[in-house]
Amino acid sequence: MPMKEKARIMDKNGLLRTLTRMAHEILEKNKGTKDLVIVGIRTRGAHLAFRLSELMEKIERHKPPVGVLDITLYRDDLSSIAQQPVVHKTEIDFDIQNKKVILVDDVLYTGRTVRAALDELIDFGRPLFIQLAVLVDRGHRELPIRADYVGKNIPTSPKETVQVRLEESEGIDEVAVMENHE
Amino acid sequence: MKKSGWVRKDLLGLQELSKEEIELLLATADSFKEVISREIKKVPTLRGKTVVNLFYEPSTRTRVSFEIAAKRLSADVINIAVESSSVRKGETLIDTGKNIEALKVDIIVVRHNCSGAAVMLARQLRASVINAGDGWHEHPTQALLDIFTLKEKLGRIEGLKVSIVGDIAHSRVARSNIWGLTKLGAKVTVCAPSMLIPLGIEETGVRVTNDIDEALKGADAVNVLRMQFERDTESAFPRQLEYFKNFGITTDRLTKAKKNIIIMHPGPINRGIEIESAVADGLNSVILEQVTNGIAIRMAALFLCAQANEKLKIL
Repeated sequence: MPMKEKARIMDKNGLLRTLTRMAHEILEKNKGTKDLVIVGIRTRGAHLAFRLSELMEKIERHKPPVGVLDITLYRDDLSSIAQQPVVHKTEIDFDIQNKKVILVDDVLYTGRTVRAALDELIDFGRPLFIQLAVLVDRGHRELPIRADYVGKNIPTSPKETVQVRLEESEGIDEVAVMENHE
Repeated sequence: MKKSGWVRKDLLGLQELSKEEIELLLATADSFKEVISREIKKVPTLRGKTVVNLFYEPSTRTRVSFEIAAKRLSADVINIAVESSSVRKGETLIDTGKNIEALKVDIIVVRHNCSGAAVMLARQLRASVINAGDGWHEHPTQALLDIFTLKEKLGRIEGLKVSIVGDIAHSRVARSNIWGLTKLGAKVTVCAPSMLIPLGIEETGVRVTNDIDEALKGADAVNVLRMQFERDTESAFPRQLEYFKNFGITTDRLTKAKKNIIIMHPGPINRGIEIESAVADGLNSVILEQVTNGIAIRMAALFLCAQANEKLKIL
């Protein structure tokens, strides 16, 4: 279906400022990086997790470890994995037992991805707690899930999509709201 | 690969698969290998699905491997061994299959002594069918795990020289390996006494030799097939000795091969018949790693076929 860009929400500098603020908020709330680990949801949540970890290093001179979660095998809709034909690896090479886990994703929408991620994380051990950090919260939740850290709240209609484009995957840092033309 | 993905409800053989489909299976298995190395080796992906292992031939490792793979995906598994089933009362394969399907089973893993059994079953059923070996025809998951292990060890398949030694004529493992390896660009040599080389095998693009030293020379890997002397009615012992003397893989013979040659075997091994103990247990052997990788491959096969079948139901 054809998509038209409706609004540009963030550019490179805007994204950097937002992520820097989120890094500060995470550190403030958790009183530093002690026992802190960051886990990003593939693919863009993972890129953001690495960036947040680097920003925290600049502030605290300690880099929290970063893990990557692929939630394909935990989804509640086996048949619609069509959009993601390849099952990728989950890479968490540290113990999350009794750790403060910051779960990172790019866009929070229905909450189903986060639900799957929570299930998978808990299969890796019993963290002290899990907090959720998202770059964009676009509303329309279908599950009782909320984020602890939000880069930007963007009210949208279900016909719209929020696209987060990152240097690592799209070659450019920006956030845009796209409109669906049927 | 990204566009098409996997659209088959069944995995019947490697002959019908494209290079891209084989690569997708291998990539998926690679992700499942991470799952089986976790502390909790189980994911909820196939929760609520039922897998039946329908085995018309004795098998322990393949059946157990499929059973573990299905359980790691949270599916329920039921094993049907033919000795204790109504097949003894004369039920045909198709009738058995339809009855299993009527029990609302999602995936049937079948092993049968007739070539083409899995294909025939798959055509008659809406359930997914995975071929766990049919006669002399194909044993796709075994070949996939062989190829997966090779790729894991050497980083690639394209351009590799792989020799398959043993009873090529009666081996479904050899056939599936030949299809898979040649599609991925490996150079395959088959080696056996002439009577165990099927006519026309060259047409698949393999090199044929009766000289074991020639098969080993320059090879990156050798896949040693099990010699199935137990099927002989004549006294097998003198022939076993003769086979070992002329075709057995020994430390001595390997001195003339590449230092890092990889030794594979689908198991169960006959020590002192097709392979010397020192080689089977030696540093070049990846025989037990093949067994571990078999779980990852079978998880990938079950997952991809179940997912494709789910999509077919919607359409």
